[in-house]
Amino acid sequence: MTRPSDDQLRAILVDMVEARIQSGRLWNLQRQGQVGTMAPIDGHEAVVAATAHALDPAHDWILPQYREPLALQRFGPEVLEQYMLYNVGHPDGSRLPPTVRVAPLQISLATQIPHAVGLAWGMTLRNESGVATVFFGDGSSSEGDFHEAANLAGVLQAPVILLCVNNQWAISTPLHQQTAAATLADRAVGYGIHGHRIDGNDAAEVFDAVDEARRRALDGGGPTLIEAVVYRLGAHTTADDPTRYIPAEDLEAARRADPVARLADHLTGLGLWDDETRTAVEAEAMTRIDEAFERAISQPLAVDAVFDHCFATDTPRMARQRAAVLEAAGRDPGGGP
Amino acid sequence: MTGTSELTMLQAINEALHGEMDSDERVVVLGEDIGHVGGVFRATEGLFEKFGGTRVVDTPLSEGAIVGSAVGLAMAGLVPVAEIQFLGFSYQAMHQIAGQMARLRYRSQGRFEPAITVRAPFGGGVRTPELHSDSIEGQLANVSGLKVVTPATAADAKGLLAASIRDPDPVMFLEPLRGYRGIRGEVPDGDHVVPLGSARAARDGDDLVIVAWSYQVELACRVADALAAEGLSIAVLDLRSLVPLDIEAIASAVDRCGRAVVVEEASQTGGFAGEVVATMVEECFWSLEAPVVRVSGFDVPYPVGMLEDTFVPDEARIAAAVRRTLETA
Repeated sequence: MTRPSDDQLRAILVDMVEARIQSGRLWNLQRQGQVGTMAPIDGHEAVVAATAHALDPAHDWILPQYREPLALQRFGPEVLEQYMLYNVGHPDGSRLPPTVRVAPLQISLATQIPHAVGLAWGMTLRNESGVATVFFGDGSSSEGDFHEAANLAGVLQAPVILLCVNNQWAISTPLHQQTAAATLADRAVGYGIHGHRIDGNDAAEVFDAVDEARRRALDGGGPTLIEAVVYRLGAHTTADDPTRYIPAEDLEAARRADPVARLADHLTGLGLWDDETRTAVEAEAMTRIDEAFERAISQPLAVDAVFDHCFATDTPRMARQRAAVLEAAGRDPGGGP
Repeated sequence: MTGTSELTMLQAINEALHGEMDSDERVVVLGEDIGHVGGVFRATEGLFEKFGGTRVVDTPLSEGAIVGSAVGLAMAGLVPVAEIQFLGFSYQAMHQIAGQMARLRYRSQGRFEPAITVRAPFGGGVRTPELHSDSIEGQLANVSGLKVVTPATAADAKGLLAASIRDPDPVMFLEPLRGYRGIRGEVPDGDHVVPLGSARAARDGDDLVIVAWSYQVELACRVADALAAEGLSIAVLDLRSLVPLDIEAIASAVDRCGRAVVVEEASQTGGFAGEVVATMVEECFWSLEAPVVRVSGFDVPYPVGMLEDTFVPDEARIAAAVRRTLETA
């Protein structure tokens, strides 16, 4: 086990604080009608940021679900740029440059888990040293893709980390209606892989667990299922109203274990964090997300972009459709650039 | 290498797999029972012995994970060739085929190259158990981002499979069950590639064109040959691939003949024959001298063995449709 250094913990906290304030900013932009539906990160900051810091961005992959991008700064500033493009509905919102080892967001839950297994397996076939880490939730653990992928990962001994962020809620469905199992980590036994249940609000514990799983995978020890227990402190998405189903007292109790406050208190005690620092970090994060938003809404978009990258080359029928769209845009004086 | 050999369609497919694995070390073959035993039909025979267990991988019985992990392999820069044991079983992978594999290039805006081929036998006529014979090519063709390839001859099976594996986009390569050993022919030795999207004139003719794909081309040719004895000149157009569709070849044949019959084995409603007819109407309505007739499976699930011959279009049904179309003033 490698405990994160104080400097690493501080870097993780910076990412967590930035992610939370940027998530709040996005929420407000959605309420103003400036961006589409988004999923706030509140409560997930430690598990995402600490995982990213335990991985090697030059060699390891992250396959996110949809709540993670704001806390993935360690994998490159491009992640924020891409996430803002995604939120304004630009097609480039799912494209990251080849140097950034982060897959597009995944909306169809659990489908990214077999991708991670295939990607990890592919890296071994190409003699590349690295692991693939895939985020999914307690709800996704009920999907067939989770089972099929975990089983295949075990058979192949693929260098993959299956990171289940158990935030207790799949939109409005509580964990006890998702499974009768005592823990989700227990399922690892059934796949012959390592399973580990951790406190996902504890950044140091997350870092340890991911670091250990990563080392094992790189040593040929196969996959690990990590169940990181957190609590979803915000809404599922901007389209959700959790006051309809989460008891206020439960949420209040969960807030007392807030991962951001917890790590901030720890580092404040060590003299590595204070309110002034936090204010400065938040201000810079707000500047960055506002600048990224401005860039996103002014990103050019060709009239016929809807056809790009469906295939490497348009089929004859698509070529006709593309020509028709271009022609219509050219003819209509009121439409198109 | 300019010679040819007489092969079954199955042997031709096997030759293409050997050739592509030989020439491109990124090619990985995965699926159920495709390694040690060489596939339930032996399509992958000899690959495991020749290329080893790291490139020829028997997977768990798990269609979703076969296609889903193939997507991941492609993200890692490999060229996976996955086998689904029977196309009807691909329902259990449809979320990965339609929801993921088909849009990997699109949703990553070209970052990832989904050079994935999914091979699967389909179609009836061989008395398989339930769900082994479904013809769902029309459903697949309606998924944007997938190419759908349907060879009808042994030579095309080899050449189109080589083209599919080399293609940078995901291809559903559908192999007719009845054709595996029932179709044989001269196949070019060595490297043989047939480009996707180019239909083949299986029979020339001027009175009427039968448009078909996969095993129905074989049936259509038998009908054309039989009617030739009566002095009728029936063309057969083998589409070879449904996506990309050779629109020009369809239009040209209908313009020449003025009458057309479209044959498919799938259930009629929503089937790909409807797409072919719509294409004819859009492209060459004024050349048509009679309504286009479809010969399809019926709008019921693919039935069990004793009902199979009623369901699957045969030469008699095709010939009757041809005569009816020719008799229309």
